[in-house]
Amino acid sequence: MNHDAYPDNYIRGILNSVKSIAMVGASPVNVRPSYFAFKYLAQRGYDMIPINPGHVGKELLGKPFVASLSDLGRPVDMIDIFRNSSHIMPVIEEALTLDPLPKVIWMQLGARDDAAAAKAESVGIKVVMNRCPKIEYGRLSSEISWMGVNSRTLSSKRAPVPTQGMRLSLNRTSVGGGDTAASDRAAKNKSEQS
Amino acid sequence: MSDRLPGFSTLAVHAGAQPDPTTGARATPIYQTTSFVFNDADHAASLFGLQAFGNIYTRIGNPTNAVLEERVAALEGGTAALAVASGHAAQVVVLQQLLQPGDEFIAARKLYGGSINQFTHAFKSFGWNVVWADPDDIASFERAVTPRTKAIFIESIANPAGSITDIEAISTVARKAGVPLIVDNTLASPYLIRPIDHGADIVVHSLTKFLGGHGNSLGGIIVDAGTFDWSAGGKYPMLSEPRPEYHGIRLQETFGNFAFAIACRVLGLRDLGPALSPFNAFMILTGIETLPLRMQKHCDNAKAVAEFLAGHPAVASVSYAGLPSDKYNQLARKYAPKGAGAVFTFSLKGGYDAGVNLVSKLQLFSHLANVGDTRSLVIHPASTTHSQLDDAAKVKSGAGPDVVRLSVGIEDKEDLIADLEQALGA
Ligand SMILES: Cc1ncc(COP(=O)(O)O)c(C=O)c1O
Repeated sequence: MNHDAYPDNYIRGILNSVKSIAMVGASPVNVRPSYFAFKYLAQRGYDMIPINPGHVGKELLGKPFVASLSDLGRPVDMIDIFRNSSHIMPVIEEALTLDPLPKVIWMQLGARDDAAAAKAESVGIKVVMNRCPKIEYGRLSSEISWMGVNSRTLSSKRAPVPTQGMRLSLNRTSVGGGDTAASDRAAKNKSEQS
Repeated sequence: MSDRLPGFSTLAVHAGAQPDPTTGARATPIYQTTSFVFNDADHAASLFGLQAFGNIYTRIGNPTNAVLEERVAALEGGTAALAVASGHAAQVVVLQQLLQPGDEFIAARKLYGGSINQFTHAFKSFGWNVVWADPDDIASFERAVTPRTKAIFIESIANPAGSITDIEAISTVARKAGVPLIVDNTLASPYLIRPIDHGADIVVHSLTKFLGGHGNSLGGIIVDAGTFDWSAGGKYPMLSEPRPEYHGIRLQETFGNFAFAIACRVLGLRDLGPALSPFNAFMILTGIETLPLRMQKHCDNAKAVAEFLAGHPAVASVSYAGLPSDKYNQLARKYAPKGAGAVFTFSLKGGYDAGVNLVSKLQLFSHLANVGDTRSLVIHPASTTHSQLDDAAKVKSGAGPDVVRLSVGIEDKEDLIADLEQALGA
C-alpha cells in the first residue's frame, strides 16, 4: 500500500467492514482528539473498546477501560492507535501476538512508522497511517463538508441526513473530487525528514 | 466508485454541492437562517466543543456557505476553506491566526491599493508590522526576513498592473524562513493559476471579483493548502498550543491538515464576526459554475484590447503580461498559460488629463472601483483606489498619475475596442 495517498475505496472498504475497534491511548479527557474520535465512532455504531492502562477500573462513555491489547480477551476487527510515531512499534508487536489477528491497524493523524506498517502488512493486516477515522468517515459520508472541508468526492445523489447515533452510508457512488496533492506531498516530506 | 479525478469545469459545477438531503432540491438552497436546532443537550455540547460536525449559528458556519467553501477548496487543490464577508475580511482573519502584537509579515509592494492601506494603517494598530518587498526582486524578500517574521503575502496577478508574481521563487524564501506563504489569487482565479501547486500554504480571494464574477455580491474566502506544519518551532500558538477558548484543544493535533481553516473559523470568524451572508454565498456559487467559460473569455478579450491599445498613437505604454513584449510575459507563460487575466493598465501620452478625458468619454466601460465583473470597467487608480498612497508609492505599486486601469468584461471584443477607439479619438 502506498501510504502517502490512500484511494478512497481502500478507506471506504475498511470503514464499511470493521465493526469492533480497540482504541490504544483512548483518553477520558474530553478535549483530547482520541476522546473526540472515540465518541464519534461510538455514535456511528462501532463497537468501541478503550485501551489505556492508566484508567483501568473506569469507563469511557460507558465502555470499561482495558489495560492493554493482550488483555482484550476477545477478537477485534481494528486497532486505532493514538500514540506518537516513536511509540507505534511496540503496539504493533503486541497486536501481532493476538489470535485472531486484527484485520486493520490504523494510526492517528501525525503518526507514521513505515517499518511497523510493513511488519503488519506482511501478515495480511491492512494499515492506515496519519489519518483520523472520524475525519475519513465524515468525509466519505459527506457529513464533514458542513465544515468547509474538501471531501474529494462528488455525487449527484442525495446526501444522508446526519443524525445522532445513525450509521451513515459511505457507499454513495461518488467520483473522485478535488485533489489535495500538495498536502499529501508535504506530509510525505515531513515523514521522510523525521 | 472510481477514484478518477474530475476536471476543473466539472468541479466548478459540482464540488461541494449535492441534492439537499431532506427535499432533494438540486440547486444549492439558500439556508437563510441565523441558527440551527440541536438534537439534545449532548449534541449541543459536542458541537460547541468541536467534537461533532454540524451547524450552530451562521456566524460560525452555514450550509450554503459550506458548499461555497468546499467548491473553492476543490478548485484550488486545498484541504478546506472558510468563506467570509469580503476579501479584506479574509486577510484580517488569516493574519489574526498567525501574528501576535509586535510580529511582522512581509508583503509584496505590488498589491491592491486597499490591501496596502489595510496593512499599513489598520494592521499597525493591531501591532502587526508590514515589511514591504519588491516582487521583481526576490532577494528583497530574503533580506526582509527577521526572527519576528510570521508570514509572506503576495498577489498571484497583482492589482492594478496585472503583473505576474514568481510564486515558486517566493515560496522557496518562505520555506527557508519557516513561515507560510499567503497568496491573494483574486485576479487570476484558480482557473488561471493554482498557487498551491506552486508552493502557497494559504490562498485568499476577494470572491467579489472573478469568482462571483457578476459584480453583485461581496465575499471573501480563505483556502488551507494543508501543507504547513504549525507545530514546528512553536511560532503559531493559535494552532499548536492548547486553546483556552475551547478548554485546551490543540487545533493542529485535532484537525491535522485542515487545522488552519478550522482556526480561521473557530478563532477568527467566531470572534471577529465577518460572516458571509448565505444569500451572497448562493450568488457567488452560481457565478463559479461558469468561471471557466467566463475567465477564458475575459482573458481573450483582454488580450485583444491590449493589442489594440498597444498599437494606438495616443497610448504611451500598455502593461499586460499577455503581450509578448511585456516584461512579465515569461512569467505569464509559466504560471498562467491559458491567459494573463483581464485586469491591466496602460498610460496615455496626454498624462493625467488625457486619463480623465478618456474615462469620461467611454460609453460601454463603466467608471467604477471594482474589477472582475461581466461588464468592462475602467478607473484612474491615482485619483481613486490608490489615492491614499504618496506619489512615490503610487508609481511603485504601478498606479502613476498617467495610468488607467481596465477590467475587461465578457462583451464582444469588437464593441469594447470600438468604444475605446471613439474615446481615445479626439
Ligand atoms: C486583489 C484584491 N484583493 C483583495 C481585495 C479586497 O476585496 P473586498 O473588496 O472583497 O474586500 C480586492 C478588491 O478590489 C482585490 O482586487
